[in-house]
Amino acid sequence: MEKVDCIVVGGGLAGLSAAYGLASEGLEVIVVERGDYSGAKNVTGGRLYVSPIRDLYPELWESAPFERHVAREFVTLMGEGASTTVELASDRFASAPHQSYTVLRARLDQWLADQVLEKGGMVITKNRVDEILRDESGKVIGIRAGDDEIGADVTIIAEGVLGLLSSKIGLREEPVARDHALGYKEILELPPSVIQDRWHLNEGEGAAHLFMGEVTKGMMGGGFLYTNKDSISLGIVVGMQAMRDRTDKIESHTLLDAFKELPQIKPLVDGGTLVEYSAHAIPEGGIEKVPKLYGEGYLMVGDAAGLSLNALITVRGMDFAIASGFYAARAVVDAKAAGDLSAAGLARYEQSLRSSFVLKDLETARHIPHTIENPRLFTHYPKAVSGLLEKLFTIGPQPAKKLSSTVIGGVRKDFMNVTTMKELWAMRKI
Amino acid sequence: MNIEAKLGLDVFKIDKERHITIDVEVCKAVCTDKACLYVCPAHLYEIDDQGNNTVNFEGCLECGTCLISCDHRALTWHYPRGEYGVQYRMG
Repeated sequence: MEKVDCIVVGGGLAGLSAAYGLASEGLEVIVVERGDYSGAKNVTGGRLYVSPIRDLYPELWESAPFERHVAREFVTLMGEGASTTVELASDRFASAPHQSYTVLRARLDQWLADQVLEKGGMVITKNRVDEILRDESGKVIGIRAGDDEIGADVTIIAEGVLGLLSSKIGLREEPVARDHALGYKEILELPPSVIQDRWHLNEGEGAAHLFMGEVTKGMMGGGFLYTNKDSISLGIVVGMQAMRDRTDKIESHTLLDAFKELPQIKPLVDGGTLVEYSAHAIPEGGIEKVPKLYGEGYLMVGDAAGLSLNALITVRGMDFAIASGFYAARAVVDAKAAGDLSAAGLARYEQSLRSSFVLKDLETARHIPHTIENPRLFTHYPKAVSGLLEKLFTIGPQPAKKLSSTVIGGVRKDFMNVTTMKELWAMRKI
Repeated sequence: MNIEAKLGLDVFKIDKERHITIDVEVCKAVCTDKACLYVCPAHLYEIDDQGNNTVNFEGCLECGTCLISCDHRALTWHYPRGEYGVQYRMG
């Protein structure tokens, strides 16, 4: 069996980031990717937060094919028949260094694969890894792809959210509905000038827009809209368990069609040409569902390791993927230099993730997954906020009530009750 | 645009080998919920005239939602072989 320093299972951002770090240090690394090219099987909402990872690979970002830097944040709370939008225009977000960018994965991942090649790493596409190989002791010793076996000192498992290969050999659990969401989206082409007009942007600037409430019919999740250079990504994220818990069994794909037809959305997407429809699962189990990150002969990175975080108004995963790849590469390089590639030597990977933002942010957000399971966050509150504002703005045939009594009455009815107090109390943990 | 037309915009390289197979007997005997019928974002699952659950695997977006949502382990599901399946141009 041919043998190299490192095999990477999967050429997405986590795997490529690891390969880039390894190849930069002169290690032999082979990435095996099942798509025709890196990114061919990947989907993002999305947006990449570069701030947390900028210093990990400082030389890298200058040439990255980002779409737009996000200068404006929009959040819309949607009730039935009324919605409330908050628009944040931040000078800080609009100026360099930009904290986040909209991205398209087929472009971004191919570019990162090219950077790996430039550093002397190998990326084999159009090949599915069929098996993670182990010896009698259980140590991971490489992979099998079709009839080919390749051995490695360390196998970096970057196979993505489903973890089919690693769960098969007990390196992690099989994915379950409660810990996962379905994300799916349309890409609609629009001229850059139209995008800039509709989202109040200067040239090159982008917008991120999240929608809560009616969009998912009260199911955990929401709608999203990101502006790319000459297209928008419009989609839905919905909890898999939430879909199951609903008695009326809404077909998931119809939510997106209904979303597009909403009076608040229709003018935003008007004239857009649909060019692609895509879907992907998202790990949302939080820190409690992160598997063991290393063992004899392997490390686990990115979505395969459950490294993502839905904190409702910030949704992250790709920054965790790239950072975990970076720390995985560094752990292998350091372990090799120390002459100890055993699990004990590779343990430094988990240590470095613990002292980095990756596991720190997941730890901070420990209680978010349970808290956002509460369906009232997606039904009662978006409706109540818009309902109260609607009252304030209404001039009807009857003499108006005092402003203060409208506010107090509305707040009393929808927010000053035992359920809300309990929910607020539960939210102190997040 | 209906879901079939949307899928028509994507690039698929279709394998003759199925990457999803359904244990129809399990579906019939045990499953009452049939989550696959409504969770799939490509709407690929259908009950045929004989009452058997079927899947049009050719239009699969490879998200795995059906697999995760099947409580009865009635699906044998793996990724399509290299060179096959959906190839996103944007992602």
